[in-house]
Amino acid sequence: MENLIALLVAAPLLGAAVLLCGGRRLDKTGHWLGTLLAAVSFGIGAVLFVDMLGRPADDRTMDQFLYSWIPVEGFQADVAFQLDQLSMTFVLLITGVGTLIHVYSIGYMEHDERRRRFFGYLNLFLAAMLLLVLADNYLLLYVGWEGVGLASYLLIGFWQHKPSAATAAKKAFLVNRVGDMGLSIAIMLMFTTFGTFAFGPVLGSVGRTSEGTLTAIGLMLLLAACGKSAQVPLQSWLGDAMEGPTPVSALIHAATMVTAGVYLIVRSGAIFNASPDAQLVVAIVGAVTLLFGAIVGCAKDDIKKALAGSTMSQIGYMVLAAGLGPIGYAFAIMHLVTHGFFKAGLFLGAGSVMHGMNDEVDMRKYGGLRKYMPVTFVTFGLGYLAIIGFPGLSGFWSKDKIIEAAFAKGGTEGWILGGVALLGAAITAYYMTRVMLLTFFGEKRWQPAPDPDTAPSVEPGIEVHPGDMPHPHESPRSMTIPMIVLAFGSVFAGGLFSLNESFVTWLEPVTSFEHGHPPIGAAAVTGATMVALVLGVALAYAQYGRRPVPVVAPRGSLLTRAARRDLFQDDFNHVVLVRGGEHLTRSLVYVDHSLVDGAVGGTAAAVGGLSGRLRKLQNGYARSYAVSMFGGAAVLVAATLLMRGV
Amino acid sequence: MNPVNYLYLAALLFTIGAAGVLIRRNAIVLFMCIELMLNACNLAFVTFSRMHGNLDGQIIAFFTMVVAAAEVVVGLAIIVSLFRTRHSASVDDASLMKL
Amino acid sequence: MSVLTENVLAEAASTGEAVQFWVLGTIAVIGALCTILMKKAVHSALCLAGTMIILAVFYLANGAYFLGIVQVVVYTGAIMMLFLFVVMLVGVTAADSLKETLKGQRWLAVLCGLGFGILLIAGIRHAQLNQFNGLGRANSAGHVEGLAQLIFTKYVFAFEITGALLITAAVGAMVLTHRERTERAATQRELSERRVREGVQLPPLPAPGVYARHNAVDVPGLLPDGSPSELSVSKTLRARGQIRDVSGEALEDLKALEQSSAERLGRDARKEASK
Repeated sequence: MENLIALLVAAPLLGAAVLLCGGRRLDKTGHWLGTLLAAVSFGIGAVLFVDMLGRPADDRTMDQFLYSWIPVEGFQADVAFQLDQLSMTFVLLITGVGTLIHVYSIGYMEHDERRRRFFGYLNLFLAAMLLLVLADNYLLLYVGWEGVGLASYLLIGFWQHKPSAATAAKKAFLVNRVGDMGLSIAIMLMFTTFGTFAFGPVLGSVGRTSEGTLTAIGLMLLLAACGKSAQVPLQSWLGDAMEGPTPVSALIHAATMVTAGVYLIVRSGAIFNASPDAQLVVAIVGAVTLLFGAIVGCAKDDIKKALAGSTMSQIGYMVLAAGLGPIGYAFAIMHLVTHGFFKAGLFLGAGSVMHGMNDEVDMRKYGGLRKYMPVTFVTFGLGYLAIIGFPGLSGFWSKDKIIEAAFAKGGTEGWILGGVALLGAAITAYYMTRVMLLTFFGEKRWQPAPDPDTAPSVEPGIEVHPGDMPHPHESPRSMTIPMIVLAFGSVFAGGLFSLNESFVTWLEPVTSFEHGHPPIGAAAVTGATMVALVLGVALAYAQYGRRPVPVVAPRGSLLTRAARRDLFQDDFNHVVLVRGGEHLTRSLVYVDHSLVDGAVGGTAAAVGGLSGRLRKLQNGYARSYAVSMFGGAAVLVAATLLMRGV
Repeated sequence: MNPVNYLYLAALLFTIGAAGVLIRRNAIVLFMCIELMLNACNLAFVTFSRMHGNLDGQIIAFFTMVVAAAEVVVGLAIIVSLFRTRHSASVDDASLMKL
Repeated sequence: MSVLTENVLAEAASTGEAVQFWVLGTIAVIGALCTILMKKAVHSALCLAGTMIILAVFYLANGAYFLGIVQVVVYTGAIMMLFLFVVMLVGVTAADSLKETLKGQRWLAVLCGLGFGILLIAGIRHAQLNQFNGLGRANSAGHVEGLAQLIFTKYVFAFEITGALLITAAVGAMVLTHRERTERAATQRELSERRVREGVQLPPLPAPGVYARHNAVDVPGLLPDGSPSELSVSKTLRARGQIRDVSGEALEDLKALEQSSAERLGRDARKEASK
């Protein structure tokens, strides 16, 4: 059974290789092959899952040693897999959602002439992501980590003919590099501290290591997680990443890849448990991002960017939970899974809406779509209810637990973190209601299709004539079925997981678990969450449901304008990093020109001048040279005599 | 008389030859000066041979003569061909290596 | 080898050798100085030859009989003759200017020479070479035999290699002096046809020399008006400037001859008249 683990990775990897190297003759069938291999991977995952369920709870970890990657004395890197409950959860999420999104993409990318390549990239992403979660050591994890970064880059910039997409891809790649640097430093620290980077030995020897070292490793891991999971301060790339095709946004930038940071933190839980400082920083980063993303999500008119802000915020919840220690790890993962369902569903719904609206992304130009796209409306609505934490749906179970755990942290920190989480819940309700109302309710605010010359953001392959009014229609079945399946997940997953605390029990052997006890009692927290939810929905309804919505966005308050600019994240980066870098570079260039070049040029000039003078000795007369030679011989004789004399 | 005087004579002749090389411009005379230097060396070798009571010094002098003969053959050939092309045997005229 | 010589060589040099050394050594130094100071290459060569002969004598005095003979036969006899041959080729009468053209060269040369010589002599003195063993034992099996034994045993490799060196030098000299003919030589007929075509000097060139008194090739023949004919001397001599112009002298001689003959004729006439 263990031998199947490698196949999990191998299937999509094979797909990527075949699709990317196969050439045009696969154009007709490539997407089916890609989808099939994703499904095969999911099937293997399901088989392994069933097998795992059949074992006793403390014997569920499966290992597969493939080969020794870098067998050097004192540096042993293996390609080996470890499948435990945590990995299993991710495998099912990745392959399950991944397969659904493959199916969805068949319809969504139907008109794109580069569909085969798209599916190749998707398969590559699946392989890398599975490698990431299956690796049994940090070095192999790093390979997967870079692999998903590459796939993300390729897919964000898939429409590379659009300068904005190409730029967004570069931005994502660059910002991720900062985080990757953190991960590589963490791995190096681990190697120098523990002499290995396999999970077992590293996490097992935490107790014998100084807290300072562990804090350093933990902060570096957090930096890595910030980069991959778009947490403050490395959050700026996620909004721009929405330039990629919508299935990509759903799979990579909502459901799976951006949660890799949470996986990393939970996986390295032992390190964070031993270093409270690092753990607190994790929680703070999560709380800050939670509010940051939520505020940004409130102001965006672009449906995908609003959802991106929401993703950032929800991952903030997960990171916050992961920063709470054993009382939060399981809930972080649980929220991760439920979020994977409902956020993927929401993105697919958004993609479906865009598909029907000539790729219009501005929610102010939607309105009243519920009659034209009933399936999309229902599935999107269920996702909406799930994310705001409507009682009984998935989001309720997971998010409520996180808020409880935050309060249960105890002390002032607990109150602050819990309050932030609660506030986040209210804002979540507000911005999601806004999205819902703007898109599906109210009057039609549809606009004629823009001129493709002036609006180059139109996706290729779709016949849009300037001036055409959109004809909203329900999407083909290949797109609606995945949405329906995900909607089921959004509705029932949370409840299923919470039944008898099945999910927590399932994960406990890996992440350990403690019951958190909020100082005000669990019921009170739930009540407060409900109040926050109602307040948020009511505010949004008051603003967008009862009044007509202007097609052109009003100027808005200071906060709105700031949020529209992503709370000045790019301005901050520009001023601090770009300008600072420029100044640093300029001063270095100055130093280079004046000091280094001066020294080099000066040496050259000195040598040149000296040579010019020495050249006069080279007058071409053999007799003149003979004098030098004779003088040299005399000096040699003198030296010999002197040495003898001494 | 101390036979070491032969060595002083050799040193003197060698120095005169070397000075000749430096002073004269005519390639042929130059060569003669070189021969003079070689002969001075030979004298020293012969004296050393007598001093040490073995014949090795004489053998070396003998070889010097052979090599000198070879050198003279080639050197004079060079002078002849130089004279043919430049109509002069002055070594200063062949200063084309100068920048 | 006479017993007397053996004894002489065994110990410090005798008085006879001292006299010989001081007399011949002085001449050798003078010869060497003349070699480098003579204006004409041929004089330098002769002075050098003299110095070499004196060195040969010194070789003999030092017991190197074979080497002394070789010095005379090979060096003075062959190599110096080769020098003279080249000197002839270049121009035996050409004198060099001893004026120094390179700035500071002469001073530097003298300085280096003096310094070097002083250092060498100081070195020799410093070495305190007073012990002379003589060649008695080395020559016990005969002098030439001793040399031969060394050459063909200990120095056999060097000997063989010098052989190769000599061959190489001979080939090298041939290569250096050889000039490849790149076109066919013109035949007599072609040359004469060209002369006719170009209209220059159809008859043979005038012969040099005047009236059998100056029939050397470096004296141009005189034309009927008494002026010298440039054509009558070799181009090479003309290029070297080695032509002796004797036209005025010859005319003077001619005049004197005519006068003297007239006188003799007159005397003869008087004699005849007296008869």
